[in-house]
Amino acid sequence: MGGYFKEIFDGAYSLVTGMGVTLKYLFQPVVTEQYPHVVPTIPDRFRGHIELVGNEETGAPLCIVCGMCQKACPSGCITVAGEKVEGVKGKVLTQYTLDFTKCSLCGICVESCKPGAINFSKDYNLAGLRKEEFIYDLKKRLEEQKR
Amino acid sequence: MNPEVIRVLGYLVSFIAFVALNAAMLVWMERKVAGHIQRRIGPKEVGPFGLLQSFADGIKLMTKQLIVPEGADVPLFKVAPMLVMIPAVMCFVTIPFSEQLAARNINVGLLLIFAIASVNVFALLLVGWASNNKYAVISAARAVSQNVAYEIPMLITAITVVMFTGTMNLQDIVLGQAGGFWNWNIFPASKNIGMVFLMPISFLIFFICSMAETNRAPFDLGEAESELVAGFHTEYAGMGFGLFFLGEYANVFIGCSLAVILFLGGWQCPFGLFPGVHWFLIKVYFLIFVVMWARWTFPRTTFYGLLNLSWKILIPFSLFNLVLTGAFIKVF
Repeated sequence: MGGYFKEIFDGAYSLVTGMGVTLKYLFQPVVTEQYPHVVPTIPDRFRGHIELVGNEETGAPLCIVCGMCQKACPSGCITVAGEKVEGVKGKVLTQYTLDFTKCSLCGICVESCKPGAINFSKDYNLAGLRKEEFIYDLKKRLEEQKR
Repeated sequence: MNPEVIRVLGYLVSFIAFVALNAAMLVWMERKVAGHIQRRIGPKEVGPFGLLQSFADGIKLMTKQLIVPEGADVPLFKVAPMLVMIPAVMCFVTIPFSEQLAARNINVGLLLIFAIASVNVFALLLVGWASNNKYAVISAARAVSQNVAYEIPMLITAITVVMFTGTMNLQDIVLGQAGGFWNWNIFPASKNIGMVFLMPISFLIFFICSMAETNRAPFDLGEAESELVAGFHTEYAGMGFGLFFLGEYANVFIGCSLAVILFLGGWQCPFGLFPGVHWFLIKVYFLIFVVMWARWTFPRTTFYGLLNLSWKILIPFSLFNLVLTGAFIKVF
């Protein structure tokens, strides 16, 4: 008989404790971020898709078209092309495409790049309606960023 | 035209409007309370503070097609949502919102509310049967056994209040609690010192039972999504489903307003100043908040736990309470 009342009392006590916990939570500030309205602070080591790094003064890509990233990529996402231009040492970048549909963000391309011409971007709005939207022209992207 | 007919029509239209508006606002409130308890914001995009969210949802529900499943009992399937809704609206007839604002002053008001509210169980059973869906039938059977189990302690505690106040007229019950919170039935220090210990227990039993009667969490076994898809309204789409929602929130309102009328002094002010409909609504919505708060705190009970709570704890306690109430009314 004593166990019966003890069970009721303990049960009621635990219920009241639970109500207390949720009441405390009710008046604490919210912790969610309102996604489209608030731009979150992206951590330094965030891995977005890769992007080209430009020269700080001229904004021209640091890429020397060595093709190491293209070779290193295990999924074959990267296509690099360059041409010789009169008066410029080495090759000049003409095309840098990333097929993001195959990319797994492993970062081997970034590691393999000797001049440090590619980097992870902080882009996180990556929704699209068609497959073609995920084949990025990174050279054009760099030029647009420069403007 | 006969003024009595206009009066009846006026009350009917305003009750249905109130039920719909109440449900819309309670859905919003529920989502806000749920959100903030989980430290989210809840609806915020449609209208200021997301206030118009439930109206947007309502419009969406109304534009949807009503699908009748194959093998369903078509007339019953179509009548059942209305059967859920009609008792909910009818219960409002006897509820006194304030001294003037009551559709009917019936001297067996309490009895009438319990009589009408129990039709709701019948409607749930019909819903389950008419859907031709095993989940709906299981859910309906659960809802019925739950309602039967919790009706008993609820009625017994209502009887303790009737014994104490000496009337079944809800108006008179509230008028007897005038003056201030020390006159309320939950803590009737000024009337009968012995009842001070019994009435809070009565209130607690009544409140738990009204939560279980309206199939609210943690007693919402009829709607256990993890096992029964959506419960008795699995097969309903569009406004058929919407009517169950309206009915549920109307029943929550009725349960809480009964608790307020019987125990918390109805439209009376706690300090004896300016009694009126505003006090009634404040108290009712506070109790509804407590119901929501409980829903978002406790997980759903097991079915045996639910029935054990009723048959092993609430019914013995309420019976003992009834006997002691009778004795205390004689002694003090």
